[in-house]
Amino acid sequence: MGAVVALDALLDQRRVWKGRPTSQPASAQPTGHAALDALLPTGGWPAAALSEILYAADGCGELRLLWPTLARLTASGERVALVAPPHLPYPPAWQAAGVDLRRLALIAASGREALWAAEQCLRSGSCGAVLCWLPQADDRALRRLQVAAETGQTLAFAYRPLTAARNPSPAALRLAVDACPAQLRVLKCRGGLPPAAPLSLAGLG
Amino acid sequence: MRWACVLLPQLALDAVLRGRADSAAALALVSGSPQRRVLRAVNAAARALGLRPGQSLSAAQALSRDFALVEYDQAQVERCQRFLAAWGYRFSSQVSLDYPRVLLLEIESSLGLFGPWPRFEARLREELTSLGFRHRIVAAPNPLAARILANAHDGLAVASPEALREALGRMPIERVGLAGEVASALARMGLRRLRQVLALPREALARRFPAEVLGHLDSLLGQRPLALEFYAPPDEFDQRIELNYEVESHQALLFPLRRLTADLAAFLAGRDSGVQRFSLHLEHAEGAASRVAVGLLSAEREPAMLFELARGRLEQQQVVAPVRGLRLSARDLPRFVPEHRQLFDQRPQQALPWEQLRERLRARLGDDAVHGLCARADHRPECAWQPTEASRPTVASGGPPRPGWLLHQPQALGESTPRILAGPERIESGWWDGGDVRRDYYLIEMRGGQRAWAYRPAGASGPWLLHGWFA
Repeated sequence: MGAVVALDALLDQRRVWKGRPTSQPASAQPTGHAALDALLPTGGWPAAALSEILYAADGCGELRLLWPTLARLTASGERVALVAPPHLPYPPAWQAAGVDLRRLALIAASGREALWAAEQCLRSGSCGAVLCWLPQADDRALRRLQVAAETGQTLAFAYRPLTAARNPSPAALRLAVDACPAQLRVLKCRGGLPPAAPLSLAGLG
Repeated sequence: MRWACVLLPQLALDAVLRGRADSAAALALVSGSPQRRVLRAVNAAARALGLRPGQSLSAAQALSRDFALVEYDQAQVERCQRFLAAWGYRFSSQVSLDYPRVLLLEIESSLGLFGPWPRFEARLREELTSLGFRHRIVAAPNPLAARILANAHDGLAVASPEALREALGRMPIERVGLAGEVASALARMGLRRLRQVLALPREALARRFPAEVLGHLDSLLGQRPLALEFYAPPDEFDQRIELNYEVESHQALLFPLRRLTADLAAFLAGRDSGVQRFSLHLEHAEGAASRVAVGLLSAEREPAMLFELARGRLEQQQVVAPVRGLRLSARDLPRFVPEHRQLFDQRPQQALPWEQLRERLRARLGDDAVHGLCARADHRPECAWQPTEASRPTVASGGPPRPGWLLHQPQALGESTPRILAGPERIESGWWDGGDVRRDYYLIEMRGGQRAWAYRPAGASGPWLLHGWFA
């Protein structure tokens, strides 16, 4: 047992099988940011799944992250539901980002009602994407949303405070948006190891 | 032509039972003057206690006290029968209510649509059972024969005149719809079955009995047409369920509500219309009924959806006083246009079109909870939006960057000396409508790295007011 065996020899004799990384199918939902697409294993948002965006505070670039996706979806005629947004989407900025306001539906709700509304929107399959703001949501609520997103084949985005990063989550993708320095970290991504290096938000435009 | 007779043997009892959640509990209907109250009908559980129709109430109460009493209500029975006629109108254009507790349907012309008679009959039975009515169904070549055969049969289908003569011939003479004295006179002559009467020479019958007897026998055999009055559906739906106990919670109202909405859906399907507005009236023992209006954005008639919407509205309403009755009325019944669907739809099974989803959300969260967003050409940020859906695409106008989030109310900024990245930008507008603003807006960076949109009153170095986030 003490003999040192060269790995190459073993591989040549085909006694050790070397697994190759299987390539993930490319996502049909690119994020619109080339740098971010390159980081994600499927090259875009996980389709029909929940993505979590954990942000440090209002105004650190959490909307800019999604605007290209929303612009693409609304332009193709899909409806986007915003469930319990914390503030008012200011039309000039959203239009400047290319979002078609006619396809936007705002749903005012609070607490558990917001969760219910988001789940209904996801399950119905009549929306292209559902964005919801959940200041307090537990593991079970997120799992419900994840299942609803799968059932309705809809993109789901949950905005949560950065403090929730410590807790585990059933979301397929977890992104953390830091304000200072302005950067984006991938905490978890289904189908690959999360890249260690953060991505500068300045590059996202 | 063929006719189906749907006999409802305990219509009055079913009309009461279907409004109650515990249909297995003993129940008796009473009628008569206050001095002499008599049981009109009893259900199976009450029968097991020894109660019988025709018993006086005091005798029944001497036997047992564990049964519920409900006043026999002729008007309710008639309402029920009219409702069933509306239901039957879905299956046949000729529905007659000429006989009490009986629905006569012309079926020959409906067979092409509803399949051969056994399948048609099974469907009628299934729907009647789900509506909560006991029934007996008989099909025969003419309406009177169907009615008479239903006295003794259930599930009988007679097709040819010969078979009809045979089936009628076996009927006992007391049960073929002849007047009491005629039937007893025939019985005294030793004629027990109709067959024996039909074998008699016509002249002998004509000589001994009034002319109606021969006429009735001819109608039975289909040799003389019978004039029937046909049902014409009403233009509006109005139905109520009386609760014989006081209800103070929503939960107990759900069962009668489900009944009412299912009835409404059945009525709408019969008329091929939908409903856009209906109202629920919660009737209290005293005082005016409280009204719950249910409005939809488009005409619908799906029973589950109507129930869910009505339930959502009802649950928001405070029950101010104990409820004694629930009434549902719908006057506005527009044409129902089914939603256009693709055969090969890629969406998953539980898919719900946006319109239905919006109704569901509005029903639970409130009428104003779901809205669109529309830009308005105004320089003042608080006036630059409207909570309505834009009718036409609006194009973004160039200019200085605008924040993605606008605060509903400007807030005092926590920091006194933020880092100014851009500005000032003067916004001065609104002197004509009283909402005059003169502000200098700045794009600032907070200590935490967030970018905000804040202003100070023009020309002043007053406190910073936060109005938006560049998120």
